[in-house]
Amino acid sequence: MSAIELDPTVVGPVPATRRWRGVPGLRGTGVAGHLSALVLAIAGVVAVFGQWLAPHDPDLTNLSYAFVGPIEGHPLGFDSQGRDLLSRILAGARSSLLGPTAVVTLAMIVGTFLAVATAWKGGRFDRWVSAGLDVLFAFPAIVLAIIVSVIVEPSLMSATIALSIAYTPYIARVLRSAALRERARDYIAALEVQGLRAWIICVRHLGRNLLPLIVAQGAVLFGYAMVDLAAISFLGLGVRPPQADWGVMVSTGQSGVLQGYPLESLSAGVCIIAVVIAVNILGERLTERANSVTR
Amino acid sequence: MSDAFLELQQVTVRLPISGELRTVLHDVSFRIAPGEAVGLVGESGSGKSMTARAVARLLPPGAESSGTVLFAGNDVAALKGAALRAFRAEVAVVFQDPRAHINPVRTIGDFMTEALRTNHDVSRADAAAKAVSLLAEVGIADGQRRLEQHPHELSGGLLQRVMIATALLTEPKLLLADEPTTALDVTTQSDVMAILDELRRERGMSMLFITHDLELAGAVCDRTAVMYAGQLVEERTSSALHDDPLHPYTAGLVGARPRIDGDVVRLSAIPGRPRSAFEAPAGCAFNDRCVHVVDDCVASRPALEPLDGGSVRCHRAVELRGRLQEGAAHG
Amino acid sequence: MLKFVVRRLMMLVVTLFVASFAIYSAMYLAPGNPIAALLGGRTPTPEAIAVLEERYHLNDPFIVRYLRWVGGALRGDFGVSIQLRQEVSTLISQRIGTTVQLVLYASLIIVVVGVALGIVGGLRKGVLDNVVIVATTVSAAVPSFVASIILLSVFAVNLGWFPALGTGEGFVDQLRHLTLPAVALAFSSIALVARITRSAVREELSREHVQTAVSRGIPYRTVVRRHVMRNAAIPITTVVGITVASLFAASAVVERAFSLNGIGAYLIQAALSKDIAVVQGISLVIVAIFVVVNAIVDFLYAVLDPRVSLGASAA
Repeated sequence: MSAIELDPTVVGPVPATRRWRGVPGLRGTGVAGHLSALVLAIAGVVAVFGQWLAPHDPDLTNLSYAFVGPIEGHPLGFDSQGRDLLSRILAGARSSLLGPTAVVTLAMIVGTFLAVATAWKGGRFDRWVSAGLDVLFAFPAIVLAIIVSVIVEPSLMSATIALSIAYTPYIARVLRSAALRERARDYIAALEVQGLRAWIICVRHLGRNLLPLIVAQGAVLFGYAMVDLAAISFLGLGVRPPQADWGVMVSTGQSGVLQGYPLESLSAGVCIIAVVIAVNILGERLTERANSVTR
Repeated sequence: MSDAFLELQQVTVRLPISGELRTVLHDVSFRIAPGEAVGLVGESGSGKSMTARAVARLLPPGAESSGTVLFAGNDVAALKGAALRAFRAEVAVVFQDPRAHINPVRTIGDFMTEALRTNHDVSRADAAAKAVSLLAEVGIADGQRRLEQHPHELSGGLLQRVMIATALLTEPKLLLADEPTTALDVTTQSDVMAILDELRRERGMSMLFITHDLELAGAVCDRTAVMYAGQLVEERTSSALHDDPLHPYTAGLVGARPRIDGDVVRLSAIPGRPRSAFEAPAGCAFNDRCVHVVDDCVASRPALEPLDGGSVRCHRAVELRGRLQEGAAHG
Repeated sequence: MLKFVVRRLMMLVVTLFVASFAIYSAMYLAPGNPIAALLGGRTPTPEAIAVLEERYHLNDPFIVRYLRWVGGALRGDFGVSIQLRQEVSTLISQRIGTTVQLVLYASLIIVVVGVALGIVGGLRKGVLDNVVIVATTVSAAVPSFVASIILLSVFAVNLGWFPALGTGEGFVDQLRHLTLPAVALAFSSIALVARITRSAVREELSREHVQTAVSRGIPYRTVVRRHVMRNAAIPITTVVGITVASLFAASAVVERAFSLNGIGAYLIQAALSKDIAVVQGISLVIVAIFVVVNAIVDFLYAVLDPRVSLGASAA
């Protein structure tokens, strides 16, 4: 203590500008937001490098190790086929995170386009597109995924397409009302009066001002997509075994659960839950921030 | 018995604003006699509504207050249970925005009779009958039908009449009227004001009338108090205040209205923007906007001193007496 | 009010028709030849093919086949499962009871636990509220199939309090069998309902009209009941309704995890074995339930909020 004794007359109250306000881009999301971002960053690293981080071959079966619990060098033990669980978790991160990323990207692009276009054009175009989206709204994501899985061979791709279709009306609806609010603002009229072309106003101004909301909605949606995609894989209509994937692992581990070896299902389940919690918290904070900015 | 019916003694209120407790009311003291109407005038953020809330025990959560509010000799802060309910019945509030202050999903009848039926054990039919007769008094003839309606089916002016009628249902002795006409359109404002004024006089109620309109306060109130940055800066009989302001800020308010009774038609505004108590500079709170500022005004905060039958919070009040009206018109 | 109901009902019918068309035409695109499925590997004679084509109307134009299907569906006839040679409606009616029970049970849990948690969090600031926030943050992130696995592992395998799989016989036994699935199905929705309830209660508490009631000396409990809860009931009803509507689809996952014989699990099975008629039938049923429940929510909304019905009749 004595080594760092400070002169109280020198150390005044810390000026507000000197206080650390967080990582740029995450400002205003608080400690929980930063922690969530850290969890997601780790998950992202594992998704990209998981195969190389895995201490063992995730697909190497050795039936004599079936359901063996944690031992040295294998901190999570083995699955029913005697494959190293930690390696499968690390390798499985890729498809588990790639799917939702693709869903969110696709749904955001199409949804944002439809939202801005309907809000801008209005009239009959808006009515027809909105009515079409309302019908699409009647299809729960799982039902759409099932229908798509009958038309094409079930895979991560088919599940991704199905979910992108299912989420687009949701995105379009949320962003359309925001775009309508934005479109009614004076600065848009001012730009129109200046003779700027519609698509330039939409992309450069409307789109840019909607960006915080788009990012926030993307985060919220990522959580849903992750859960739904894993559920679809769990049902056997998405990623197929023996490929390592968290949703598939929860499913294939179920036989072990019933025999009293829950580690495969549980470890994969915990990974899903951790990422979804992180993404939900971040989404919530970003939404709060987006609302406080736009209003 | 003192002649004060409502008395505020050095009421100070601090509110949590962006994470810190900040002063919004500073050392507010005044009294209202039975049957007397006192106007409380100030710009938005001056603390006039907060004063009414402090009286009605409606301070926002997290508020800290000191000082005393006495109603009929009782410390309002200490009231509990039946005594608090009796106080609530005797002190009625007419809020600024009736549309926000009446539950939109319940009927007018529900709204009007709720207090009578929950706290005074009046039967549904009796309460409704009383409500209808009061609606008639505020100029709503088809009261029976109105009781069945929901707030969104009534215009703002009608709703404010409903609010006034409702306030009178429990036969209060003191009315806290918080900008009762501000949210209404101009044509209905005078009607509603006339009704409020007439009913108050008939019943001999006291009133604390909160407004940003100095002339309106002067028209309906016996005395008027002016607030700036959470403090009372001047308090006198309404006519004296208007004709011969003692505080430079009051003079500014008088001058801020277009005057068409004199030779010169001139609109003078007060430079700068209004301050909240916690934004106020050291010394006199008005020193950064005052045209008469001297070194003293920055050095020390003036006290509310008696002068000319009222009181004023200004170091130069005696010196400037009688010259402010002119000064404001030229400032 | 009447006008509002009529307009909403018309919207519902149109949505259902478009949705049924989408389902039927999507399935029409499905690869695979129904004749081959019918014959199951035997080499057909041209006459046999002709007979089958005649019986299943395989040569009719698409639109005729769609209209026949949708007409049948209106009478509760969803055609025949080519693989099982059974009426789809029979296959559905044998299984829908389990799904309905499961969904009702889960809905009950969602409403009771979710609304209670939300009210506690909304009215009590401080520790209790923080507990509610943390609990709902976690439970919102637990997918139903992970919840199923955890519940199975803990309560069925380790503790042995509940049976692991199957539907059970008789009311009490069925209830025991359905408890873990219902909790699993309800788990993340509880969080959603609790969150919405909490913020609705918070928002209503801060409303000016609540202040009016307080200023008039209405006791706190009465204010909470008559004003805060009454008004918060509007968003709460909406979120509960939408959640319950979505449970019929979500129950597929839980039925599968607990080997329950409901329409959801059967839909998955039919999808995996490409039993087109069954997928079409169950999809339409689930979409119809979803749309109808949503319409009911809209009606309830209009009943709870007097401002809505006026807006519609004035229009």
